[in-house]
Amino acid sequence: MKFAIVVFPGSNCDADCHHVAKDLLGCEAEYVWHQDRDLKGADAVILPGGFAYGDYLRAGALARFSPVMESVAEFAKRGGAVLGICNGFQVLLEAKLLPGAMHINRGLRYVCRDVFLRVENDATPFTSLYEKGSVIKMPVGHTEGNYTAPPAVLEELSREGRVVFRYCDGEGHVVDSANPNGSVDAIAGISNRGGNVVGLMPHPDRCSESLLGNEAGIKMFQSAVAALATK
Amino acid sequence: MKVEVRVYPREGVLDPQGKAIASALGRLGHSSVRDVRAGKVFFLDLAGDDPRAVEQDARRMAEELLANTVIEGFDVRVIG
Repeated sequence: MKFAIVVFPGSNCDADCHHVAKDLLGCEAEYVWHQDRDLKGADAVILPGGFAYGDYLRAGALARFSPVMESVAEFAKRGGAVLGICNGFQVLLEAKLLPGAMHINRGLRYVCRDVFLRVENDATPFTSLYEKGSVIKMPVGHTEGNYTAPPAVLEELSREGRVVFRYCDGEGHVVDSANPNGSVDAIAGISNRGGNVVGLMPHPDRCSESLLGNEAGIKMFQSAVAALATK
Repeated sequence: MKVEVRVYPREGVLDPQGKAIASALGRLGHSSVRDVRAGKVFFLDLAGDDPRAVEQDARRMAEELLANTVIEGFDVRVIG
């Protein structure tokens, strides 16, 4: 099992993802520079958090035109598993590998704290080890995480079960006070139609070992190993 | 040729920045403010001397990159 971790200028969670894949899961993990096109035979690709291209213009807008993104798009089209975390999610939106867009948070501020998430879809390669309906805690850290999409897209996401995580309170209730950024329908993460491309604003990479006080995130990576090892 | 591209939140799309600016203006005593929408302006300098072709070019640039058309509209003006 090999993970490829894309590194844009300004990525800053690439090493965290590499650490989870290699040191915690014992998988192969390769960094792929944004100017390269070779995904090095990876089984899963991670677009990590950070500030790719300084978030100039809009978060993810310039990263989308990196040579590596052509390869990621082809990989995704062939059904390859792609996970975008935080800035990586923003890149996937700008690249149109996932639908919708991000506004600045409704509070206009950078939000950095733990949030609760309800697992809405446990059928993606990154969520298969979670139980649908279960509540997990993960940290967020972003300014532009206020997800939005045209009504027709929201209806489609909901109908096809493509909302993967929703912000909720500790008991799993989706309430406005538990929504850190104003995302429509409390959406924290979504998938593409095939389920193989998943993006989320919270950081599973920052809560994958007991040393960090929370291991809820590691199941996302373990799910990928479980899903892809059986192929 | 000089071209101005204005990018702004589409009508009906939430604009947290515009809302915050509107309420700040209100706090400063500008009671006439009903609404504010905040956008961006790009001043492009493009090669070519056919205003129509230059405008077309700028439009493509706005669609491809300058605006995120999911949430933003834009207009293009050739200044000369």
